[in-house]
Amino acid sequence: MTRSILLALAPILFLGVARLGAFPIAYELPPETAAFKPGPNRDVVLNNCTTCHSADYIATQPRGPKFKEEFWRAEVNKMIKVYGAPIAEADVAKIVEYLATTY
Amino acid sequence: MLDRREMIKRACLALGAALPWSRALALDESSVSLPFDNGERRLVKYPQKRPMIGLTSRPPQLETPFSVFNDGAITPNDAFFVRYHLADIPYQVDPDRFTLQVKGSVDRPQQLSLKEIRKLPAVELVAINQCSGNSRGFFEPRVAGGQLGNGAMGNARWRGAPLKTVLDMAGVRAGARQVTLDGMDRPVLKTTPDFVKALDIDHARDGEVMLAYGMNGDDLPFLNGFPLRLVVPGYYGTYWVKHLNEIAVIDNEFDGFWMKSAYRIPDNDCGCVEPGTAPKATIPINRLTVRSFITSVANDAKVRAGKMTLKGIAFDGGKGIKEVVVSADDGRSWTTAALGKDLGKYSFRQWTLRVKLAAGTHQLRVRATNHAGETQPMQPRWNPAGYLRNVVETVRVTAA
Repeated sequence: MTRSILLALAPILFLGVARLGAFPIAYELPPETAAFKPGPNRDVVLNNCTTCHSADYIATQPRGPKFKEEFWRAEVNKMIKVYGAPIAEADVAKIVEYLATTY
Repeated sequence: MLDRREMIKRACLALGAALPWSRALALDESSVSLPFDNGERRLVKYPQKRPMIGLTSRPPQLETPFSVFNDGAITPNDAFFVRYHLADIPYQVDPDRFTLQVKGSVDRPQQLSLKEIRKLPAVELVAINQCSGNSRGFFEPRVAGGQLGNGAMGNARWRGAPLKTVLDMAGVRAGARQVTLDGMDRPVLKTTPDFVKALDIDHARDGEVMLAYGMNGDDLPFLNGFPLRLVVPGYYGTYWVKHLNEIAVIDNEFDGFWMKSAYRIPDNDCGCVEPGTAPKATIPINRLTVRSFITSVANDAKVRAGKMTLKGIAFDGGKGIKEVVVSADDGRSWTTAALGKDLGKYSFRQWTLRVKLAAGTHQLRVRATNHAGETQPMQPRWNPAGYLRNVVETVRVTAA
């Protein structure tokens, strides 16, 4: 039984990656399941942050009183100044509010 | 009709029943909890990989489940950790059309196909690739960044051509200072600095830095840099550029973001500062610090009282491990462990030790020393980026 399921599904199992060698490789990532939690200004966050990275970049950061507004403002500013994110001045406070109150 | 994900899940479950590694990684255990706050992670299945600890999905970052390190000194390709910085990743690669460019301050710029690189005299070397931020989640006070447990490291037998061979073919001009290394992965936005690293020219030509196409007898897995990656033995993974396709020899010190601003450590002997403070001066991160782990028992495990064999790994940045000592009594007394087979100075070194544990709770500690006399601190060191962690690890077990 197990064996027959395995044989039947073998092509699907390996569908994600073409065999190497003379063939071009086409690597397929699993679907992105990480989502931004509900919170204020979530639409602004979706518009600005998801261009470059998934929500788990935020969700896995340390929590607690030291990781609130000041921490998230520094992160958003890093995205703008260091990584060149084109975040409008007016959106910065909204994003910081979302992050500080949601995570 | 089953959707594709459901079918894959069922197929994996079927596979799980057939393969030995399923015991610790069965897919019904769909999550793990790393031992720090907010450490809950999903076990995720990617092509060419067994279920891995998912840190982020775009760009993908996968951590090796720690039990893998007890299985042997070599980390299997399907369990090797994955770390990307930028999300425009070359998911479509044609190995027949891939080329590596060597340009800049050279007499004969090169454009080499993968076939040509594979025809160059090959070398093999066992070496550890460890992420600079491995174990960052254990930093106290906590710091921003990828919140990794101890699984962002791996040890593989790499096969490839020495970078020196290719640089000699190109003819490095007098006055060259550094070599920059760029892979096919790119930032999503043009305004984000591309991931480019640099090595000093003498380091690049030491004969050990390698253009690797092979890993543990197979091609590189896609997520580990297929078709070609840099291997920099003894150095943190940040230099091990994946999907490497552009090398430039330069006459100055490279000032790109990923060298000048990121991946830097305090410029002092310990690479550390008073927790919560900023370093006065920094240098690029470089060699791995000395580390050792107990792999045969997990923290908070319950074991049978009496004699047992403890097992683990130790490593450093290339001097080689001289000694591993183990304490089963909270650090009061230490016993020298037996070292396993020597796979080279850049490799994990396995160790074993017979211990007798009376009924009760025990703090097991392990500490390695390398051939330069460098060892591990009893108290954790701290730096703002969460790099270089190498405190003596403690595993608490209860014997009954």
